[in-house]
Amino acid sequence: MAYHRFDAVIVGAGGAGLMAAIQLAGKANIAVVSKLYPPRSHTGAAQGGISAALGNTEEDHWQWHMFDTVKGGDYLVDQDAAEVLAREAVDAVLELEHMGLPFNRTPDGRIDQRRFGGHTRNFGEGPVRRACYAADRTGHMIIQTLYQQGIKHNVNFLDEHHLIDLLFTDDGIACGCVTYEVKTGEIHTVHAKTVLVATGGYGRVWKITSNAMAGTGDGMAAAYRRGVPLMDMEFYQFHPTGIYKLGVLLSEAARGEGGILRNGDGEAFAARYAPTLGDLAPRDMVSRFIYQEVKEGRGVNGEDYVYLDLTHLPPELIDEKLPDITDFARTYLGVEPKTEPIPIQPTAHYAMGGIPTDIEGRVIRDELATPIPGFYAAGESACVSVHGANRLGTNSLVDLVVFGRRAGKHMLGFIEGNALPPLPTDPEFAARAQLADILSRPKGIRATEIREEMQELMMDKVSVVRDAAGMTAAKERIGELRRAFANCAIDDKGTTYNTDLLEAHELGCMLDCAEATIEGALARTESRGGHYRDDYPNRDDANWLAHTLVYRGSGGLEMRKKPVTITEFQPKERKY
Amino acid sequence: MEYTLRIKRYNPDQDVKPAFKEYTLDLAPTDRVLDGLNQIKWNHDGSLTYRRSCGHGVCGSDAMRINGRNRLACKVLMQELGRRVTIEPLIGYAVVKDLVVDMDQFFASYKAVKPYLIADDSPSAGERRQSPAQRERFDDTTKCILCAACTTSCPITWTNENFVGPAAIVNAHRFIFDSRDQGGAERLRILNGQSGVWRCRTVFNCTDACPRGIEVTKAIEEVKRALLYEQVV
Ligand SMILES: Cc1cc2nc3c(=O)[nH]c(=O)nc-3n(C[C@H](O)[C@H](O)[C@H](O)COP(=O)(O)OP(=O)(O)OC[C@H]3O[C@@H](n4cnc5c(N)ncnc54)[C@H](O)[C@@H]3O)c2cc1C
Ligand code: SF4
Ligand code: FES
Repeated sequence: MAYHRFDAVIVGAGGAGLMAAIQLAGKANIAVVSKLYPPRSHTGAAQGGISAALGNTEEDHWQWHMFDTVKGGDYLVDQDAAEVLAREAVDAVLELEHMGLPFNRTPDGRIDQRRFGGHTRNFGEGPVRRACYAADRTGHMIIQTLYQQGIKHNVNFLDEHHLIDLLFTDDGIACGCVTYEVKTGEIHTVHAKTVLVATGGYGRVWKITSNAMAGTGDGMAAAYRRGVPLMDMEFYQFHPTGIYKLGVLLSEAARGEGGILRNGDGEAFAARYAPTLGDLAPRDMVSRFIYQEVKEGRGVNGEDYVYLDLTHLPPELIDEKLPDITDFARTYLGVEPKTEPIPIQPTAHYAMGGIPTDIEGRVIRDELATPIPGFYAAGESACVSVHGANRLGTNSLVDLVVFGRRAGKHMLGFIEGNALPPLPTDPEFAARAQLADILSRPKGIRATEIREEMQELMMDKVSVVRDAAGMTAAKERIGELRRAFANCAIDDKGTTYNTDLLEAHELGCMLDCAEATIEGALARTESRGGHYRDDYPNRDDANWLAHTLVYRGSGGLEMRKKPVTITEFQPKERKY
Repeated sequence: MEYTLRIKRYNPDQDVKPAFKEYTLDLAPTDRVLDGLNQIKWNHDGSLTYRRSCGHGVCGSDAMRINGRNRLACKVLMQELGRRVTIEPLIGYAVVKDLVVDMDQFFASYKAVKPYLIADDSPSAGERRQSPAQRERFDDTTKCILCAACTTSCPITWTNENFVGPAAIVNAHRFIFDSRDQGGAERLRILNGQSGVWRCRTVFNCTDACPRGIEVTKAIEEVKRALLYEQVV
């Protein structure tokens, strides 16, 4: 075992974790724990852009951005948080530029901006250019820039350390975490005054996903296992344009730059459903349009996909603004986007839900928003909630930098005002037991079998369109898979770089996330944003203008409702 | 279709030296090499070890030698490779296990060139201005994903462990030619030293290896020229 002591431990080196780390670097003794080398984090895969009402190419205001965020989230957004997001986005994007982020530029040298789904001028009149971008690798530039800043500020990186457990004192105060060093198999206790979880999403729960293989919900599961609730897990976004069968994302920027979705008859169908925004309607809607087209037999060749058509765009524009994603189409499909349409289908993309926090990034334990001292979360693993029932494109990257920054700053204050809490007795016990359990079984079911069945089940029953019958069946089957997981065995029992063991551990985390997702989705008897139920097709504000909190206690699962904060914008029907 | 993957395996816990193992798999021609590795790991032998994450060539985890060339396993399809495919770890860094090599030195070299914007004139309001042409000047080298394919394909790195290697130079280039940066002189001093750019013999292996299509050799040449003619500083 190894023991470390820090003021703050940040788990996750994506955009959210690194943004927090940079606030603390040089001012407190911190460590950043990451199972991947930081620049490999999935933030690097983000393509299209990061929104801020800079107004560089046309008039824009943060209030418009706030409104779009609230409406895009189908009014489940906490509006105090959306205000912070939209206001501070401007400053955060400028800060990224000051750190060196190479944004694309306007002719007069300002940060260039482009259109993205659901972002509008003057409270919904028409599309606005709000997304700041660096070609179609905005996330790559963000992760590189933040990692560079981490190096500049001598941040202490614990690379290739896998979080296994979070530590709390007997009084429920956060006091560190337990990690597994991948290279050596050594267990580390990281003792700290504050802990931030920023471990990203859990898209790997579904068969078709845009998420990296590391997107297994580890931090959410670790918190959930320690009695922390998960909020709004039923809201999981399916992005309309994943590469057919592979799930790799083709950014909405393709449509922002003029790309069109076409069904098997060649018809540009989106405008039929959303007359004002058409192809640039929010993602949850566009995914449902595709689902509907396919269901009514208008998929390409009657199959379960449609086309993203860029063939009418100027070839120079494709090369300049969409180089990477068109390269994906060439590499993985052998399709030349300049002359042929690209087969796409909705792909599991983004968790609106997660570990509940307040606007300072403090994790809260209940519907009264009681903070857990010293415990913070940010980024996709957290739920503030600025995305409500559906996240707008580009708003995740904003969320990372705005709330990563806020969390980091708040942690600094907490560190100054508080002593290091004691560790619980035998802090590594639970982590060791978890791993030893998997390692000890000489024979058993392969993790692969469980994982593949879970992924198909979730795709089939808990994706774009849901109903009670399907989800009840899914719930039961996930329960059985969890029991099967308790008997799974692995081949590799060694201590050196044992990814067999870690993949099994990740499967356990995914099963937890799947369970919480289904629990929320079954309870919520309405349709809102990314959660659409055939059996309850309408939004039900009377009963469900509320967040869900799912707890796993000793007596099973518990569900509570938490009120939504509404300040400026009263809920209205969402039309585009 | 049937493919045979010959993989160089080494587990320090039990093996004295590396040895090839063959796996015959049923894969689609459009499957990635990474799909082949996953199929082995998930269905046959869970101890097969490699790094991976994004699965589509943007995170830089899975550079390895595939039929003798450094490639990303997630960016090469089986159909490009023939029916027998040889897979080995990158050369030049110690093997940790199977296809995983120790990246410490790679990241140390990267850090040595000060890969971050150096600029004192932090503007108080608004962004620093940069024209599209100035931005374009260093676009190519911003694409680097730190996969190490270039550095581990370079014969100079194999024999001289102090050479910073192409990837570090690419990342220095990214800042030296950024109009906003003021640290060019510092970085050029570092690259002018013993282990710097002059070690490069223009073999072009790095450019061939780069999965991001970065013109690595050209970037190195531009840094050399900047040193000779003090272009930037
Ligand atoms: C293909 C794609 C394109 C996207 N494009 C956009 C876009 O254009 N605009 C936008 O706003 N959003 C976009 N998104 C969404 C956005 O990129 C993500 O939501 C966001 O980057 C998540 O950042 P994060 O910091 O929360 O987590 P991540 O960047 O996913 O980082 C998670 C970190 O946690 C670490 N970690 C995870 N588990 C463990 C563990 N057990 N132990 C230790 N460390 C762990 C990882 O190593 C990693 O460092 C896109 C997403 C995808 C998938
Ligand atoms: S320059 Fe290319 S090959 Fe070298 S590390 Fe960067 S991306 Fe990889
Ligand atoms: S897995 Fe990310 S580059 Fe191959």
